[in-house]
Amino acid sequence: MEHIVIIGNGISGVTVARHIRKLSDKKITIVSAETNYFFSRTALMYVYMGHMKFEHTQPYENWFWKKNRIELLKGFVTSVNHEDKTLILAEGKELTYDKLIIATGSKPNKFGWPGQDLKGVQGLYSKQDLDQIEENAPNKEVCNRAVIVGGGLIGIELAEMLRSRKIPVTFLVRENSFWNGVLPSGESEMINEHILEHHIDLKLETNLVEILSDENGRAKAITTDKGETIECNVVGLTAGVTPNIDFLKESGIELGRGVKVNRLLETNIKDIYAIGDCAEQHEGIGNRRPIEAVWYTGRMMGETLAQTICGNPREYSPGHWFNSAKFLDIEYQTYGWVFSERSKKEHENHFHWRHASEKICITVAYDKDSKKFLGINTFGIRMRHEMFDRWLTEERNIDYVMEYVKDANFDPEFYSHYEEEILSKYNSVMKTNLSPKKKSWKRIFNKSPKSQPMRHS
Amino acid sequence: MKAIQNIGLVIFLIGLAVFAAVPVLGTYKLDQNTFDEIVKEKNIKSDVFIQAINQNVVSKDFNGMLSLSPAISSALDAANSQHRKNKEYKKVIYTSGHDMAALVGKKSGAGFIAQNKGLMWFLTFGLGIIGALMFILPNVVLLGKKGIKNDGIYHESATNKGWIAWMVFVFLVSFYLVLYFRPEFAVNWTFLVDPISQSLSGNPAGHWFVYGFMYCVVMTVMAVRMYIKYRHNVYQMVRTTSVLFFQIVFAFLIPEIMVRLQMPYYDFKNAFPLDYDFFFQWNLKSLLDSGGIGLFILVWGVVLTLVIVPVMVYFFGKRWYCSWVCGCGGLAETLGDPYRQHSSKSLFSWKVERWLIHGVLLFAVVMTGMTLYSFFTESGTVLGIKTQSVQNTYSLLIGAIFAGVIGTGFYPIFGNRVWCRFGCPLAAYLGFVQRFKSRFRITTNGGQCISCGNCSTYCEQGIDVRAYAQKGENIVRSSCVGCGVCSAVCPRGVLKLENGPEQGRINPTEVLLGNDVDLMELVNKK
Repeated sequence: MEHIVIIGNGISGVTVARHIRKLSDKKITIVSAETNYFFSRTALMYVYMGHMKFEHTQPYENWFWKKNRIELLKGFVTSVNHEDKTLILAEGKELTYDKLIIATGSKPNKFGWPGQDLKGVQGLYSKQDLDQIEENAPNKEVCNRAVIVGGGLIGIELAEMLRSRKIPVTFLVRENSFWNGVLPSGESEMINEHILEHHIDLKLETNLVEILSDENGRAKAITTDKGETIECNVVGLTAGVTPNIDFLKESGIELGRGVKVNRLLETNIKDIYAIGDCAEQHEGIGNRRPIEAVWYTGRMMGETLAQTICGNPREYSPGHWFNSAKFLDIEYQTYGWVFSERSKKEHENHFHWRHASEKICITVAYDKDSKKFLGINTFGIRMRHEMFDRWLTEERNIDYVMEYVKDANFDPEFYSHYEEEILSKYNSVMKTNLSPKKKSWKRIFNKSPKSQPMRHS
Repeated sequence: MKAIQNIGLVIFLIGLAVFAAVPVLGTYKLDQNTFDEIVKEKNIKSDVFIQAINQNVVSKDFNGMLSLSPAISSALDAANSQHRKNKEYKKVIYTSGHDMAALVGKKSGAGFIAQNKGLMWFLTFGLGIIGALMFILPNVVLLGKKGIKNDGIYHESATNKGWIAWMVFVFLVSFYLVLYFRPEFAVNWTFLVDPISQSLSGNPAGHWFVYGFMYCVVMTVMAVRMYIKYRHNVYQMVRTTSVLFFQIVFAFLIPEIMVRLQMPYYDFKNAFPLDYDFFFQWNLKSLLDSGGIGLFILVWGVVLTLVIVPVMVYFFGKRWYCSWVCGCGGLAETLGDPYRQHSSKSLFSWKVERWLIHGVLLFAVVMTGMTLYSFFTESGTVLGIKTQSVQNTYSLLIGAIFAGVIGTGFYPIFGNRVWCRFGCPLAAYLGFVQRFKSRFRITTNGGQCISCGNCSTYCEQGIDVRAYAQKGENIVRSSCVGCGVCSAVCPRGVLKLENGPEQGRINPTEVLLGNDVDLMELVNKK
C-alpha cells in the first residue's frame, strides 16, 4: 500500500489527509512536533483570552484519526533524504514514504534585531507560543507592559489578547497608518481610531531598534528609531511570517523563500509536494502572491493536492480571492481585489462609505473605464460570499453590484441596514440615480448555470 | 465601578442568605378554628389524626418547620397505618405528610416572618434584585465597547465549573428538591409574596406562586445582563425581550388573573406535550366544567400542538417556540447564559441525546394515549397497567426530576439546556418538523470558516456547529433552538440564521466555495 507521509498537522496537512482518505485506501501518516492533534491556529488567541479551552480549538474528536486510519506521529523532522525516500526524525528515528507532502507552515519573522532571542521576546504562531505568552504575560502584575512590533493581523490579535488581561500595550507600526499596505486609507484610519479606543498605545511610523536585556537575559525595554526607550516585560514580534523550511536546506528540494512548487503543487523532486504557508509558486497566480500564508488557501491546496495524489491530477487554481479578519471588535471581509493606495494600479478606482458614528465602512473597487466591479472590503457589515463570488464570475459592473447589494447582506436578523445610505452616497459621488433592489431569495439561490471562474494565467 | 460591583455582590449574598435561612425559621401556632377549617376543607375523616393534632399541635408554639413538620407527618402516618390495619379505607388521608405540613404551616404561620411580609420581601427578593443589578449594571462601562464579551469565561470559577459553580449547583438543586418534594419548607417563602399573590388572584400564595414570581424576577434581572452583554447583537436583544414578555404576561400574569375571574389557571403558550398533564383527567374535567372558556382552552391546546406549533416551525424553525416563547428556554437564555459553554459536543452525547429525548416523547405520547383511553372508557387501567401510576411515574421522573432538578439545577455543570436537549418531548416533536419540513437553517457563508470553534463552544444545545461550517455546509439540526449565539460569537461572519426556500437548504459540500469551480463540482456532486 502506498504510504503518504505529511509533515505538519495544520489545516493544509489535515485537509489533504482527509481528502486522500475519502478518495483512497492509501496509508497516511501525519508527522508533527507541535501538538498531538490538529487544532485551529487562528483560535489560539481565544484560549489566552478565556473564550475557549485549548481542546475547543481541535475540530475533530480524538477518535477521529484512528477511525479514519490517519496515523499521527509526534516527531520533529530534521532532514529529508529523497533518494531513499526517508525522513530523519529528531530522536534518530527514520520514516520511509512513497509520497511526501510538506505542509510545515510558517514561523514568525525576525529581522536580526539586537536582543530578538532574549527571554520574554516571542511571536504568536504556534501552540508553544501560546504556552509561552501564558507564562510571560499571565497578568498585568507580572507583565507591566508589552511592546508589539509589527502592524499586521497577528500584531493586532496579540494586542487584543493582552488587553483582555488589562496589560498595557505599546504597538509599533512601521507604516504611517495601520496595515495600509493592504487596506485603503479610509479603512486603515478607522482601524487606527479603533485601536486607540481600546487603549492601545499605537505608535505609527516607528521601528524597533534594539531590545534591551536585564541581568537575567530577559527583555526589560526596547528602543525605537524615534529615540524612545520603552520599558516592558514582553516583546511580541509580529512582523509577518516566513515559511518554516529550515530543515530542508540540504535536501536538494528547490527552495526560494518557501518550497518552490508548480501549479500541481509538485516540487522539483518526484513524489514530493508542498502545500499551505510553506509553498511558493514559481509565479503568483493572478493577483495572488507566490506565497499565500492564509488559512483558506492552505485548505484549498489540500483539497486540490489530494486529487493529484489519488490519480486525478489537478492544478491548484483558486477561484476569486476572499479573506477575512477581525480587528478587535470590527469584523472584516473582502471579496475580489481591493488594493491600498500604495499598491493599486492606475485603472482601479474606489468608492468608500463610512457610517457617521459607528465603526462601519465599505470600500468598493472598480475599473475606472469599464466600471467593472473588482472587489469589496467590508468592515462591520457581513456579506454573503456566494453573491460576490457570483458577481465576480459574471463580471458585473459596480452599478449592478450597488443596486443588488441587499442580496449580499449577511448580518444577523434585525440588524440595521445601510444600503439606502450607501447608495445615496454612491449616487451623489458617481452621479448616478440608482435605488436599491429589494432582497430576493430567488436571486440569492438561483445558481447561474455553468458560471465559469475567471482564469488567471 | 468595580467597587459598586463588589458592594452589589455583598448585598446580593445577604439577600440570598436570608432567603436560604427563611425556610427553617419562623414560628407556627395552629389555633382550633383554623384546624377545624382545614379538616372541613380537606374533608378529613380520620378521627385518629384529628385527635392527635388536637392534642399535640393545636395551640402549641412550634419553632420552625423542622419541629412542626415531623409532628404533622408522624400523626398522619400513624393514623393512616392504623386505618389500613383496621381496613377503614374511607378514613385514610391521601394528602402526603409534606403537603399536610405545608397546609398547616401556611395557615398557622405566626411570628416575625408572617407579620412582616413587606420587610421580609425586601430582605430577600429586594436585596437580591438590588445587589444583582448593582453587580450587573456597571458592566455597561466595565465591558467597554460593544462586541463579543467572553473574556475570561474559562478563567473564572463561576463559569468554568470551579467552586462557585458547584455552590450554585448545590443551591439550585436544593431549591428544586424543596419545591418538588418538601413544600412545607417553602411555606415561609410564600408569606413573602402573599401580598403580590393577593393583588393578582385574590388568593394567598402557594409555593408554585413563589416559584413563578421568582422565575420572573430572575429572568428580568438576568435579561438586563443579556442586554448589556449582547448589545452588539440586535437579534439577542429582541429575542430576550420576547421570552421575557411571554414569561411575565403569559406564564405568570394571565393565569393568575384568570383565577381571579373564576376561570381555570392556564398558560396559553405552554403546549402539549411539554404541558404533559393537559389531557389528565382532572384537567379535562376542570376545563369541561368551566363553561365557554374551558372549552376554548381545550380547543386552543389541541390546535396549538397540532397546527400552530408545526406551521410556525415550518416558517421560522423551532426557535420561535424554544428561544422566543418558552419559559424553560427563557430561563435557560437568561439565568443559564453564563453556562451555555458546558454542553458536551461529543458524538457520544449526541447519541445519548437522541435516545433520551425521543424516549421521553414516546413516554409522553403513550402516557397520554393511556390517559385518554382511560378517560373515555372510564377504566383505570390499560392492558392491566394502571394509568394513574404511569402518570405518577412521568410526573416524578420527567416532570420533577428531569425538567426541574436536573434541567435547571445542573446549569453550572452540564450547561443551560440539559432539559431542552435531552428531555423535552415538545422539543423532540418540534425537532422532527424542523429537520424534515422547515424553511429554517443556519447558513454557512461560503468558504469563510476558520474552524476556530467559538460557535461549537457556545452552542448551548451541544451541536458541533463548526463541523458543518468548516465544510461549508448549512446547519440543519433538529435540536437547534435558534438562539443565534453561534452567529453572534463567530469572528468571521460565517453563520446566519435564516428562513428561506427549502430547496438547497441541506447542501453537503466537501470542497468549499473559493476553490477551483470544476473541482467543487466534481467533489460536491452527490
